[in-house]
Amino acid sequence: MAPVSLKKLVKRYGALEVVHGIDLEVKDREFVALVGPSGCGKSTTLRMIAGLEDVSGGTIEIGDNVVNDLPPRARNISMVFQSYALYPHMTVGENMGFSLKIAGRPPEEIKEKVADAAAILDLTHLLERRPSQLSGGQRQRVAMGRAIVRRPDVFLFDEPLSNLDAKLRTQVRTEIKKLHARMQATMIYVTHDQVEAMTLSDRIVIMRDGHIEQVGTPEEVFNRPLTKFVAGFIGSPPMNMDDVTVADGKLVFASGATLPIPPKFRQSLTSGQKLTFGLRPDDFFPTGHGLNSGDAEAVAELELPVSITEPLGNETLVFVGFNGRDWVSRMLNPRPLPSGQSIKMSFDLSQAHLFDLTTGKSLVA
Amino acid sequence: MKLSRLSAPVLLLFPAFLVLAAVVVVPLALSFYSSFTPFRLTKPESLYVFIGLRNYITVISSWDFWVAFGRTVLFLTIALNAEMLLGLGLALLVSKAVRGQRLLRTLMMFPMMFSPVLVGFQFKFLFNDNIGLINNALQSLGLTDQAIPWLINGNLALFSITVAEVWSSTSVFAILILAGLLAMPRDPIEAAHVDGCTPLQTFRYVTWPYLMPFAFIAMTIRSLDVARAYDIVKIMTDGGPAKRTELLWTLVGRTAYGDARMGMANAMAYFAIVLSILFTVYFFRKLAAARQQIGAEW
Repeated sequence: MAPVSLKKLVKRYGALEVVHGIDLEVKDREFVALVGPSGCGKSTTLRMIAGLEDVSGGTIEIGDNVVNDLPPRARNISMVFQSYALYPHMTVGENMGFSLKIAGRPPEEIKEKVADAAAILDLTHLLERRPSQLSGGQRQRVAMGRAIVRRPDVFLFDEPLSNLDAKLRTQVRTEIKKLHARMQATMIYVTHDQVEAMTLSDRIVIMRDGHIEQVGTPEEVFNRPLTKFVAGFIGSPPMNMDDVTVADGKLVFASGATLPIPPKFRQSLTSGQKLTFGLRPDDFFPTGHGLNSGDAEAVAELELPVSITEPLGNETLVFVGFNGRDWVSRMLNPRPLPSGQSIKMSFDLSQAHLFDLTTGKSLVA
Repeated sequence: MKLSRLSAPVLLLFPAFLVLAAVVVVPLALSFYSSFTPFRLTKPESLYVFIGLRNYITVISSWDFWVAFGRTVLFLTIALNAEMLLGLGLALLVSKAVRGQRLLRTLMMFPMMFSPVLVGFQFKFLFNDNIGLINNALQSLGLTDQAIPWLINGNLALFSITVAEVWSSTSVFAILILAGLLAMPRDPIEAAHVDGCTPLQTFRYVTWPYLMPFAFIAMTIRSLDVARAYDIVKIMTDGGPAKRTELLWTLVGRTAYGDARMGMANAMAYFAIVLSILFTVYFFRKLAAARQQIGAEW
């Protein structure tokens, strides 16, 4: 068990710099997710921690040791790969016990530890099979089993659920969460799926173009995104966002539509200021069909036309035309809404976000 | 009239069958038959004398034949293993090349492009004890002041032939194994690194099991090739000195065309084919096992 600390970590491929000096402290036994779109440097960062990529600058510490120049085998880490990366010529049991065999442990001990791990992951009946005889979900569990038999200091996961279908993904996700609770180990988890990041982690690191945009608990990054990028990345469906100009105590949209300035920003805005206005689908709903924050004064209402609806059973996503685009709203206790009908929509402005138009930074940091 | 009653597929395949029968089946049957006769090229009528298994009995009880047989197996074993190891080494090196890999791959194939007869002449020159490059180099480097009789000493001669054979065919292994290396997934190797393997252990436990099917395919192809080795030997030593490099097929060739004992030569040849079949079966077994091991889906 060990903390992991990245200091000014840089990765360059020739002249191309893909990770630009990031700092990150992962506490002992913490579950941290690195999340971001493809090419943001999250996998590269993970592979540097694993020792599979050279470090171009800065340091990586695991526990109290700088591990920059240590090969992967000397770092006491385990890694679960997206493609499972099982050894096809070994049985499940041999796959799981391989690292112990390499470490020269006695066969009885290997057998016992493999049996323990197999019991945890419900793989006992599969130990004699070969990977080619397993389903995707089973293979991924074997990959996890291989990681846990060693009791490493740090677990690294590289998009472990990406090759699984949606149902299995939810299942294995739960298993990973249980595993973390049981193993009490430091885990670093890379994913491009913000739902995985939100559901699994103690803290989320949102990366973009080789920089860290924000580090925070799932609640923090959801409720208080520091940048426009984070606001747009976290949350499903994504936050509605549009550019506005401040004029006469109002927010004026490009189409001429206006909304009152949200109460918490009233003191800080100046006329003529250009901003991006953001409101999550949960805070924008057909009147009477949402979770109101209770601040009645902060709710603005507008009559808007419904363009389409996506019923999900317990709720319906309603797309309504506003400012020349479709804004998505989450309708609780849904009722059928015909397209084209105008309905009264509530904007819960107490939950609104404002971002500087040029820097993309949130106004309330 | 009758022809038109045959079905279309039979009609259409008929010419192909006819050609195959003329160039394959008839010669095969004739040679097999002649192995039961004392047929000599100089006495055509001897083709009609049936002597049963006498040729085969003579072959089996001939010391010269068994020496050539054993030497062929030895030659096969040494050449294949050397080519295998060198080819593996070459493939591993080339796969590590970051730049110019394509060029290296092409260069590697050069020896395969030469006719074996030319390779024979080339090595005959290189190993010549008087004017050969090798003795010249050894003497210039001061490693020896003797003229080493490469092709004249009985043991050295077979060694020299092996060198020529290995030189010309190592690239078959190198290319097939390189194909395996390029096709194998990176992830298990990285997983092995994380699991604590040193580079050597990674090769032993992960890379090699992946490459084995490719190595066995190369082995199968090459064992057939080497088992019928004739051209290089014919050129370099012609089985000499004093039959110390006589292999199965040079013996067969000598018996057939030198001594004109066609019936006997055919008996030897059929016997030699058994050797090739055994090797092929052995390597195909190995190949099937190796493929199953890595769970190959091809």
